[in-house]
Amino acid sequence: MFTKMEKKELKVSAIKNGTVIDHIPAKDLFKVVKILGLDRIDTPVTIGNNLDSEKFGKKAIIKVSDKFFEDKEINKIALIAPTANLNIIRDYEVKEKRPVELPQSVKGICKCINPKCITNSEPMATKFDVIPGKTVSLKCFYCGKVTDHDHIEII
Amino acid sequence: MNNKSLISITDFSTKEILRVLEIAEGFEKNPEPHLLDGKVVATLFFEPSTRTRLSFESAVNRMGGRIIGFSDPNISSVSKGETLKDTIRIVSNYCDLIVMRHPLEGSSRYASEVATVPVVNAGDGANQHPTQTLLDMYSIKKTQGRLDNINIFMVGDLKYGRTVHSLLQAMSPFNPTFHFVSHPKLRLPDEYKAFLDSKGVKYYEHEQFSDLIPEADIIYMTRVQRERFSDLVEYEKTKDVYVLRNSMLDNAKPTMKILHPLPRINEINQDVDPNPKAYYFEQARNGVFARQAVISYVLGLKH
Ligand SMILES: [Zn+2]
Repeated sequence: MFTKMEKKELKVSAIKNGTVIDHIPAKDLFKVVKILGLDRIDTPVTIGNNLDSEKFGKKAIIKVSDKFFEDKEINKIALIAPTANLNIIRDYEVKEKRPVELPQSVKGICKCINPKCITNSEPMATKFDVIPGKTVSLKCFYCGKVTDHDHIEII
Repeated sequence: MNNKSLISITDFSTKEILRVLEIAEGFEKNPEPHLLDGKVVATLFFEPSTRTRLSFESAVNRMGGRIIGFSDPNISSVSKGETLKDTIRIVSNYCDLIVMRHPLEGSSRYASEVATVPVVNAGDGANQHPTQTLLDMYSIKKTQGRLDNINIFMVGDLKYGRTVHSLLQAMSPFNPTFHFVSHPKLRLPDEYKAFLDSKGVKYYEHEQFSDLIPEADIIYMTRVQRERFSDLVEYEKTKDVYVLRNSMLDNAKPTMKILHPLPRINEINQDVDPNPKAYYFEQARNGVFARQAVISYVLGLKH
Protein backbone atom coordinates (compact mmCIF):
# COMPACT_ATOMS: atom_id res chain seq x y z
CA MET A 1 0.00 0.00 0.00
CA PHE A 2 1.88 3.07 1.25
CA THR A 3 5.44 3.38 2.41
CA LYS A 4 6.24 5.22 5.60
CA MET A 5 7.23 8.33 3.66
CA GLU A 6 4.07 8.49 1.62
CA LYS A 7 2.05 7.86 4.72
CA LYS A 8 3.41 10.96 6.35
CA GLU A 9 2.60 13.01 3.30
CA LEU A 10 -0.86 11.55 3.13
CA LYS A 11 -1.54 12.45 6.71
CA VAL A 12 -0.81 16.07 6.04
CA SER A 13 -2.38 16.32 2.61
CA ALA A 14 -5.54 18.26 3.22
CA ILE A 15 -8.75 18.66 1.32
CA LYS A 16 -10.42 21.99 0.84
CA ASN A 17 -14.02 20.90 1.34
CA GLY A 18 -15.43 17.51 2.13
CA THR A 19 -15.47 14.69 4.64
CA VAL A 20 -12.61 12.89 6.31
CA ILE A 21 -13.39 9.56 7.90
CA ASP A 22 -10.68 8.56 10.33
CA HIS A 23 -10.04 5.67 12.72
CA ILE A 24 -11.43 2.97 10.48
CA PRO A 25 -9.99 -0.46 11.41
CA ALA A 26 -7.75 -1.35 8.44
CA LYS A 27 -9.45 -4.70 7.85
CA ASP A 28 -12.83 -3.01 7.42
CA LEU A 29 -11.74 -0.33 4.96
CA PHE A 30 -13.18 -1.91 1.86
CA LYS A 31 -16.50 -2.66 3.51
CA VAL A 32 -16.77 1.00 4.43
CA VAL A 33 -15.90 2.01 0.86
CA LYS A 34 -18.66 -0.26 -0.38
CA ILE A 35 -21.30 0.91 2.11
CA LEU A 36 -20.71 4.52 1.18
CA GLY A 37 -20.58 3.75 -2.53
CA LEU A 38 -17.17 5.42 -2.85
CA ASP A 39 -16.31 3.03 -5.64
CA ARG A 40 -18.96 4.73 -7.76
CA ILE A 41 -18.63 8.46 -7.11
CA ASP A 42 -16.98 11.08 -9.29
CA THR A 43 -15.36 13.39 -6.73
CA PRO A 44 -11.74 12.83 -5.65
CA VAL A 45 -11.29 10.17 -2.96
CA THR A 46 -8.03 9.66 -1.12
CA ILE A 47 -7.59 6.46 0.81
CA GLY A 48 -4.84 5.57 3.23
CA ASN A 49 -4.66 2.11 4.70
CA ASN A 50 -2.51 0.20 7.21
CA LEU A 51 -1.50 3.38 8.95
CA ASP A 52 -0.21 2.97 12.47
CA SER A 53 -2.81 3.68 15.08
CA GLU A 54 -2.23 3.98 18.78
CA LYS A 55 -5.76 2.81 19.42
CA PHE A 56 -5.94 -0.39 17.41
CA GLY A 57 -2.81 -1.30 15.49
CA LYS A 58 -3.59 -0.54 11.88
CA LYS A 59 -6.12 1.96 10.75
CA ALA A 60 -7.44 3.45 7.54
CA ILE A 61 -8.46 6.94 6.61
CA ILE A 62 -10.71 8.12 3.79
CA LYS A 63 -10.88 11.66 2.46
CA VAL A 64 -13.74 12.53 0.16
CA SER A 65 -13.55 15.91 -1.52
CA ASP A 66 -16.65 18.00 -2.08
CA LYS A 67 -18.97 15.54 -0.44
CA PHE A 68 -21.00 15.88 2.73
CA PHE A 69 -22.93 12.82 3.72
CA GLU A 70 -26.34 12.75 5.29
CA ASP A 71 -26.29 11.38 8.85
CA LYS A 72 -28.49 8.50 7.82
CA GLU A 73 -26.04 7.55 5.13
CA ILE A 74 -22.80 7.94 7.01
CA ASN A 75 -24.03 6.30 10.21
CA LYS A 76 -24.39 3.03 8.36
CA ILE A 77 -20.64 2.59 8.62
CA ALA A 78 -20.98 2.38 12.41
CA LEU A 79 -22.17 -1.19 11.83
CA ILE A 80 -18.75 -2.13 10.51
CA ALA A 81 -16.51 0.52 12.04
CA PRO A 82 -18.05 1.87 15.25
CA THR A 83 -14.74 3.53 16.13
CA ALA A 84 -14.75 5.73 13.03
CA ASN A 85 -14.57 9.49 13.37
CA LEU A 86 -16.02 12.08 11.03
CA ASN A 87 -14.37 15.37 10.21
CA ILE A 88 -16.34 17.87 8.18
CA ILE A 89 -13.91 20.13 6.32
CA ARG A 90 -14.77 23.54 4.95
CA ASP A 91 -12.12 25.77 3.48
CA TYR A 92 -9.29 23.57 4.83
CA GLU A 93 -10.65 23.82 8.37
CA VAL A 94 -12.26 21.15 10.49
CA LYS A 95 -15.72 22.56 11.08
CA GLU A 96 -17.11 19.58 12.89
CA LYS A 97 -15.63 16.45 14.44
CA ARG A 98 -17.71 13.61 15.83
CA PRO A 99 -17.85 9.83 16.12
CA VAL A 100 -20.26 7.90 13.91
CA GLU A 101 -23.51 6.97 15.60
CA LEU A 102 -25.06 3.54 15.50
CA PRO A 103 -28.41 3.69 13.68
CA GLN A 104 -31.43 1.94 15.23
CA SER A 105 -32.25 0.17 12.00
CA VAL A 106 -30.70 -0.32 8.60
CA LYS A 107 -32.29 -0.92 5.26
CA GLY A 108 -30.85 -2.58 2.21
CA ILE A 109 -27.14 -2.76 2.94
CA CYS A 110 -26.62 -6.21 4.46
CA LYS A 111 -27.64 -9.75 3.67
CA CYS A 112 -29.68 -11.85 6.13
CA ILE A 113 -27.72 -14.87 7.33
CA ASN A 114 -30.77 -17.13 7.21
CA PRO A 115 -30.85 -19.01 3.89
CA LYS A 116 -34.58 -19.63 4.41
CA CYS A 117 -35.31 -15.92 4.78
CA ILE A 118 -37.62 -14.37 2.19
CA THR A 119 -35.10 -11.56 1.64
CA ASN A 120 -32.70 -14.09 0.13
CA SER A 121 -35.11 -15.20 -2.55
CA GLU A 122 -37.20 -12.12 -3.44
CA PRO A 123 -35.81 -9.07 -5.22
CA MET A 124 -36.41 -6.86 -2.16
CA ALA A 125 -34.50 -4.68 0.28
CA THR A 126 -33.46 -6.22 3.60
CA LYS A 127 -34.37 -4.50 6.88
CA PHE A 128 -32.74 -5.01 10.25
CA ASP A 129 -33.02 -3.74 13.78
CA VAL A 130 -29.56 -2.94 15.08
CA ILE A 131 -28.70 -4.71 18.34
CA PRO A 132 -25.99 -2.69 20.06
CA GLY A 133 -23.28 -4.40 22.08
CA LYS A 134 -19.58 -4.99 22.17
CA THR A 135 -19.96 -6.10 18.58
CA VAL A 136 -23.01 -5.00 16.69
CA SER A 137 -25.44 -7.60 15.41
CA LEU A 138 -28.51 -7.30 13.21
CA LYS A 139 -31.97 -8.75 13.74
CA CYS A 140 -33.87 -9.35 10.53
CA PHE A 141 -37.18 -7.50 10.42
CA TYR A 142 -38.67 -10.29 8.31
CA CYS A 143 -37.46 -13.64 9.66
CA GLY A 144 -36.29 -12.52 13.11
CA LYS A 145 -32.93 -14.28 12.84
CA VAL A 146 -29.86 -12.51 14.16
CA THR A 147 -26.84 -11.95 11.94
CA ASP A 148 -23.80 -11.48 14.18
CA HIS A 149 -21.03 -9.03 13.47
CA ASP A 150 -18.64 -11.50 11.87
CA HIS A 151 -21.28 -12.55 9.38
CA ILE A 152 -22.44 -9.12 8.32
CA GLU A 153 -22.17 -9.21 4.57
CA ILE A 154 -22.51 -5.95 2.70
CA ILE A 155 -24.62 -6.21 -0.43
CA MET B 1 -50.70 -0.14 3.32
CA ASN B 2 -52.72 -1.84 5.99
CA ASN B 3 -51.88 -2.39 9.60
CA LYS B 4 -54.51 -4.91 10.56
CA SER B 5 -52.57 -7.97 9.44
CA LEU B 6 -51.68 -10.75 11.86
CA ILE B 7 -48.19 -12.03 11.11
CA SER B 8 -46.74 -12.75 14.54
CA ILE B 9 -48.55 -13.18 17.85
CA THR B 10 -46.50 -10.23 19.11
CA ASP B 11 -48.36 -8.01 16.60
CA PHE B 12 -51.28 -8.14 19.03
CA SER B 13 -51.12 -6.55 22.45
CA THR B 14 -52.24 -8.64 25.42
CA LYS B 15 -55.45 -6.61 25.42
CA GLU B 16 -56.05 -7.45 21.76
CA ILE B 17 -55.35 -11.13 22.37
CA LEU B 18 -57.94 -11.17 25.16
CA ARG B 19 -60.42 -9.41 22.90
CA VAL B 20 -59.87 -11.91 20.07
CA LEU B 21 -60.39 -14.79 22.52
CA GLU B 22 -63.66 -13.17 23.59
CA ILE B 23 -64.74 -12.84 19.98
CA ALA B 24 -63.88 -16.53 19.47
CA GLU B 25 -66.10 -17.42 22.43
CA GLY B 26 -68.88 -15.49 20.77
CA PHE B 27 -68.48 -17.53 17.58
CA GLU B 28 -68.64 -20.75 19.51
CA LYS B 29 -71.99 -19.71 20.95
CA ASN B 30 -73.34 -17.99 17.85
CA PRO B 31 -71.83 -18.93 14.48
CA GLU B 32 -72.99 -15.75 12.64
CA PRO B 33 -73.41 -17.46 9.27
CA HIS B 34 -73.85 -14.21 7.31
CA LEU B 35 -71.01 -12.13 8.74
CA LEU B 36 -68.86 -12.57 5.63
CA ASP B 37 -71.66 -12.31 3.05
CA GLY B 38 -70.16 -10.86 -0.11
CA LYS B 39 -66.60 -11.23 1.12
CA VAL B 40 -63.89 -13.22 -0.62
CA VAL B 41 -60.96 -14.72 1.28
CA ALA B 42 -57.89 -16.01 -0.58
CA THR B 43 -56.07 -18.98 0.93
CA LEU B 44 -52.62 -19.07 -0.65
CA PHE B 45 -50.75 -22.18 0.39
CA PHE B 46 -47.26 -22.03 -1.09
CA GLU B 47 -46.62 -25.30 0.71
CA PRO B 48 -49.27 -27.85 1.48
CA SER B 49 -50.79 -27.99 4.96
CA THR B 50 -54.15 -29.60 4.64
CA ARG B 51 -55.13 -29.36 8.29
CA THR B 52 -54.45 -25.64 8.62
CA ARG B 53 -56.05 -24.84 5.28
CA LEU B 54 -59.22 -26.77 6.08
CA SER B 55 -59.47 -25.06 9.44
CA PHE B 56 -59.27 -21.59 7.85
CA GLU B 57 -61.64 -22.53 5.06
CA SER B 58 -64.10 -23.96 7.55
CA ALA B 59 -63.92 -20.69 9.50
CA VAL B 60 -64.65 -18.65 6.35
CA ASN B 61 -67.45 -20.97 5.26
CA ARG B 62 -69.14 -20.87 8.65
CA MET B 63 -69.39 -17.09 8.32
CA GLY B 64 -70.75 -17.24 4.78
CA GLY B 65 -67.63 -16.03 2.96
CA ARG B 66 -66.31 -17.28 -0.36
CA ILE B 67 -62.87 -18.78 -0.87
CA ILE B 68 -60.40 -18.59 -3.72
CA GLY B 69 -56.81 -19.81 -3.67
CA PHE B 70 -54.48 -22.70 -4.16
CA SER B 71 -53.20 -25.51 -2.00
CA ASP B 72 -50.36 -26.66 -4.17
CA PRO B 73 -47.75 -24.23 -5.47
CA ASN B 74 -46.87 -26.56 -8.31
CA ILE B 75 -50.06 -25.75 -10.15
CA SER B 76 -49.92 -22.02 -9.47
CA SER B 77 -48.02 -19.12 -11.01
CA VAL B 78 -45.36 -19.59 -8.35
CA SER B 79 -43.90 -22.45 -10.32
CA LYS B 80 -43.56 -20.09 -13.28
CA GLY B 81 -41.09 -18.01 -11.32
CA GLU B 82 -43.35 -15.09 -10.44
CA THR B 83 -42.17 -13.12 -7.42
CA LEU B 84 -44.15 -13.29 -4.20
CA LYS B 85 -44.72 -9.57 -4.48
CA ASP B 86 -46.42 -9.88 -7.87
CA THR B 87 -48.58 -12.78 -6.73
CA ILE B 88 -49.70 -10.88 -3.63
CA ARG B 89 -50.36 -7.63 -5.50
CA ILE B 90 -52.48 -9.42 -8.05
CA VAL B 91 -54.41 -11.55 -5.56
CA SER B 92 -55.04 -8.40 -3.46
CA ASN B 93 -57.31 -7.27 -6.29
CA TYR B 94 -59.42 -10.38 -6.08
CA CYS B 95 -60.14 -10.64 -2.38
CA ASP B 96 -60.79 -8.90 0.93
CA LEU B 97 -58.27 -10.88 2.96
CA ILE B 98 -55.29 -13.13 2.28
CA VAL B 99 -54.50 -16.17 4.40
CA MET B 100 -51.10 -17.45 3.45
CA ARG B 101 -48.69 -20.21 4.25
CA HIS B 102 -45.21 -20.18 2.79
CA PRO B 103 -42.03 -22.21 3.37
CA LEU B 104 -39.78 -19.13 3.63
CA GLU B 105 -39.40 -17.24 6.90
CA GLY B 106 -40.54 -13.63 6.84
CA SER B 107 -42.60 -14.18 3.68
CA SER B 108 -45.88 -13.25 5.37
CA ARG B 109 -44.45 -10.06 6.84
CA TYR B 110 -43.26 -9.07 3.39
CA ALA B 111 -46.62 -9.99 1.88
CA SER B 112 -48.36 -7.74 4.42
CA GLU B 113 -46.18 -4.87 3.24
CA VAL B 114 -47.08 -5.26 -0.42
CA ALA B 115 -50.71 -6.40 -0.07
CA THR B 116 -53.57 -3.90 -0.22
CA VAL B 117 -55.75 -6.16 1.97
CA PRO B 118 -55.01 -7.63 5.42
CA VAL B 119 -52.81 -10.73 5.57
CA VAL B 120 -53.14 -13.52 8.12
CA ASN B 121 -50.06 -15.69 8.52
CA ALA B 122 -50.90 -19.39 8.45
CA GLY B 123 -47.24 -20.33 8.95
CA ASP B 124 -44.03 -18.98 7.41
CA GLY B 125 -41.47 -21.75 7.57
CA ALA B 126 -40.13 -22.29 11.07
CA ASN B 127 -40.97 -18.72 12.01
CA GLN B 128 -44.53 -17.84 13.10
CA HIS B 129 -47.99 -19.36 13.22
CA PRO B 130 -50.03 -16.95 15.33
CA THR B 131 -53.49 -18.49 14.94
CA GLN B 132 -52.11 -21.69 16.47
CA THR B 133 -51.10 -19.69 19.55
CA LEU B 134 -54.55 -18.11 19.77
CA LEU B 135 -56.30 -21.46 19.57
CA ASP B 136 -53.93 -22.85 22.21
CA MET B 137 -54.79 -19.94 24.50
CA TYR B 138 -58.46 -20.32 23.74
CA SER B 139 -58.24 -23.98 24.73
CA ILE B 140 -56.43 -23.13 27.96
CA LYS B 141 -58.96 -20.47 28.88
CA LYS B 142 -61.92 -22.65 27.99
CA THR B 143 -60.74 -25.69 29.94
CA GLN B 144 -59.30 -23.91 32.96
CA GLY B 145 -61.75 -21.03 33.14
CA ARG B 146 -58.87 -18.56 33.23
CA LEU B 147 -55.49 -17.69 31.74
CA ASP B 148 -53.88 -16.56 34.99
CA ASN B 149 -51.61 -18.69 37.20
CA ILE B 150 -51.60 -21.76 34.95
CA ASN B 151 -49.02 -24.49 35.47
CA ILE B 152 -47.96 -25.59 31.98
CA PHE B 153 -45.78 -28.55 31.06
CA MET B 154 -44.23 -28.29 27.62
CA VAL B 155 -42.85 -31.55 26.32
CA GLY B 156 -40.84 -32.74 23.32
CA ASP B 157 -39.05 -30.52 20.84
CA LEU B 158 -38.63 -27.24 22.69
CA LYS B 159 -35.71 -26.13 20.56
CA TYR B 160 -37.35 -25.95 17.15
CA GLY B 161 -41.00 -26.01 18.17
CA ARG B 162 -42.33 -22.63 17.10
CA THR B 163 -45.71 -23.29 18.74
CA VAL B 164 -43.94 -23.64 22.08
CA HIS B 165 -42.01 -20.40 21.63
CA SER B 166 -45.04 -18.35 20.61
CA LEU B 167 -47.23 -19.78 23.35
CA LEU B 168 -44.76 -19.08 26.13
CA GLN B 169 -44.40 -15.49 24.93
CA ALA B 170 -48.13 -14.91 24.70
CA MET B 171 -48.80 -16.55 28.11
CA SER B 172 -46.04 -14.71 29.94
CA PRO B 173 -48.23 -11.73 31.05
CA PHE B 174 -50.54 -14.15 32.92
CA ASN B 175 -48.14 -15.33 35.63
CA PRO B 176 -47.72 -18.89 34.39
CA THR B 177 -45.32 -21.53 35.72
CA PHE B 178 -43.58 -23.54 33.03
CA HIS B 179 -42.03 -26.98 33.22
CA PHE B 180 -39.96 -27.77 30.15
CA VAL B 181 -39.44 -31.48 29.52
CA SER B 182 -37.03 -32.39 26.73
CA HIS B 183 -33.92 -34.20 25.61
CA PRO B 184 -30.83 -32.03 26.32
CA LYS B 185 -30.41 -31.53 22.57
CA LEU B 186 -33.92 -30.15 22.20
CA ARG B 187 -33.90 -27.80 25.16
CA LEU B 188 -35.55 -24.41 25.04
CA PRO B 189 -33.13 -21.92 23.41
CA ASP B 190 -31.40 -19.42 25.68
CA GLU B 191 -33.10 -16.43 24.06
CA TYR B 192 -36.49 -17.67 25.30
CA LYS B 193 -35.15 -18.36 28.79
CA ALA B 194 -33.76 -14.83 28.81
CA PHE B 195 -37.19 -13.60 27.74
CA LEU B 196 -38.88 -15.46 30.61
CA ASP B 197 -36.26 -14.18 33.05
CA SER B 198 -36.88 -10.63 31.88
CA LYS B 199 -40.60 -11.06 32.55
CA GLY B 200 -40.04 -12.74 35.91
CA VAL B 201 -41.76 -15.92 34.77
CA LYS B 202 -41.01 -19.09 36.75
CA TYR B 203 -39.75 -22.09 34.80
CA TYR B 204 -38.08 -25.42 35.47
CA GLU B 205 -36.28 -27.77 33.11
CA HIS B 206 -36.49 -31.54 33.22
CA GLU B 207 -34.93 -34.27 31.12
CA GLN B 208 -37.81 -36.63 31.62
CA PHE B 209 -41.38 -36.55 32.79
CA SER B 210 -41.16 -35.68 36.43
CA ASP B 211 -43.30 -36.71 39.36
CA LEU B 212 -44.71 -33.20 39.23
CA ILE B 213 -47.42 -34.13 36.72
CA PRO B 214 -50.06 -33.94 39.50
CA GLU B 215 -49.34 -30.18 39.65
CA ALA B 216 -49.96 -29.62 35.94
CA ASP B 217 -52.98 -27.73 34.64
CA ILE B 218 -51.93 -28.19 31.03
CA ILE B 219 -49.56 -30.66 29.38
CA TYR B 220 -48.57 -29.32 25.97
CA MET B 221 -47.08 -32.16 23.93
CA THR B 222 -45.06 -31.64 20.74
CA ARG B 223 -43.66 -33.91 18.10
CA VAL B 224 -39.99 -34.88 18.14
CA GLN B 225 -38.91 -35.11 14.54
CA ARG B 226 -36.40 -37.67 13.44
CA GLU B 227 -34.61 -35.06 11.30
CA ARG B 228 -33.50 -33.24 14.46
CA PHE B 229 -31.09 -36.05 15.33
CA SER B 230 -27.97 -36.88 13.40
CA ASP B 231 -27.69 -40.02 15.50
CA LEU B 232 -30.71 -42.20 14.80
CA VAL B 233 -29.97 -44.51 17.73
CA GLU B 234 -30.31 -41.52 19.99
CA TYR B 235 -33.58 -40.61 18.31
CA GLU B 236 -34.95 -44.11 18.83
CA LYS B 237 -34.04 -43.96 22.52
CA THR B 238 -35.38 -40.43 22.91
CA LYS B 239 -38.70 -40.81 21.26
CA ASP B 240 -39.83 -43.29 23.89
CA VAL B 241 -38.76 -41.16 26.85
CA TYR B 242 -41.08 -38.34 25.84
CA VAL B 243 -44.18 -40.41 25.29
CA LEU B 244 -47.24 -39.68 27.40
CA ARG B 245 -49.12 -42.80 28.49
CA ASN B 246 -52.44 -43.13 30.21
CA SER B 247 -50.85 -44.77 33.26
CA MET B 248 -48.89 -41.58 33.95
CA LEU B 249 -52.09 -39.61 34.42
CA ASP B 250 -53.51 -41.43 37.44
CA ASN B 251 -52.68 -38.68 39.92
CA ALA B 252 -53.22 -35.74 37.60
CA LYS B 253 -55.65 -32.99 38.53
CA PRO B 254 -59.19 -33.76 37.36
CA THR B 255 -59.19 -30.48 35.42
CA MET B 256 -55.84 -31.12 33.75
CA LYS B 257 -55.95 -31.18 29.93
CA ILE B 258 -53.49 -32.47 27.36
CA LEU B 259 -52.91 -30.29 24.30
CA HIS B 260 -51.01 -31.01 21.10
CA PRO B 261 -50.75 -28.85 17.95
CA LEU B 262 -51.09 -32.07 15.88
CA PRO B 263 -50.23 -34.07 13.89
CA ARG B 264 -48.88 -36.46 16.48
CA ILE B 265 -46.71 -39.44 15.78
CA ASN B 266 -46.34 -41.58 18.88
CA GLU B 267 -45.68 -38.99 21.59
CA ILE B 268 -49.18 -39.39 22.96
CA ASN B 269 -49.96 -43.05 23.24
CA GLN B 270 -53.29 -44.12 21.73
CA ASP B 271 -54.36 -45.33 25.17
CA VAL B 272 -54.65 -41.70 26.27
CA ASP B 273 -57.32 -40.85 23.68
CA PRO B 274 -60.37 -42.11 25.63
CA ASN B 275 -59.21 -40.27 28.78
CA PRO B 276 -61.29 -37.12 29.32
CA LYS B 277 -58.01 -35.29 29.92
CA ALA B 278 -57.13 -35.77 26.27
CA TYR B 279 -58.16 -32.49 24.70
CA TYR B 280 -56.23 -32.34 21.40
CA PHE B 281 -59.16 -33.09 19.12
CA GLU B 282 -61.39 -30.45 20.71
CA GLN B 283 -58.38 -28.16 20.57
CA ALA B 284 -58.41 -28.54 16.78
CA ARG B 285 -62.12 -27.65 16.82
CA ASN B 286 -61.32 -24.51 18.81
CA GLY B 287 -59.01 -23.56 15.96
CA VAL B 288 -62.02 -22.82 13.80
CA PHE B 289 -63.47 -20.39 16.37
CA ALA B 290 -60.10 -18.73 16.90
CA ARG B 291 -59.68 -18.28 13.13
CA GLN B 292 -63.21 -16.92 12.77
CA ALA B 293 -62.29 -14.40 15.43
CA VAL B 294 -59.01 -13.40 13.77
CA ILE B 295 -60.59 -13.05 10.31
CA SER B 296 -63.48 -10.92 11.53
CA TYR B 297 -61.16 -8.83 13.71
CA VAL B 298 -58.61 -7.98 11.00
CA LEU B 299 -61.44 -7.23 8.59
CA GLY B 300 -62.78 -4.73 11.10
CA LEU B 301 -66.11 -6.58 11.39
CA LYS B 302 -65.51 -7.13 15.11
CA HIS B 303 -63.76 -4.66 17.36
ZN1 LIG C 1 -34.06 -12.68 7.49
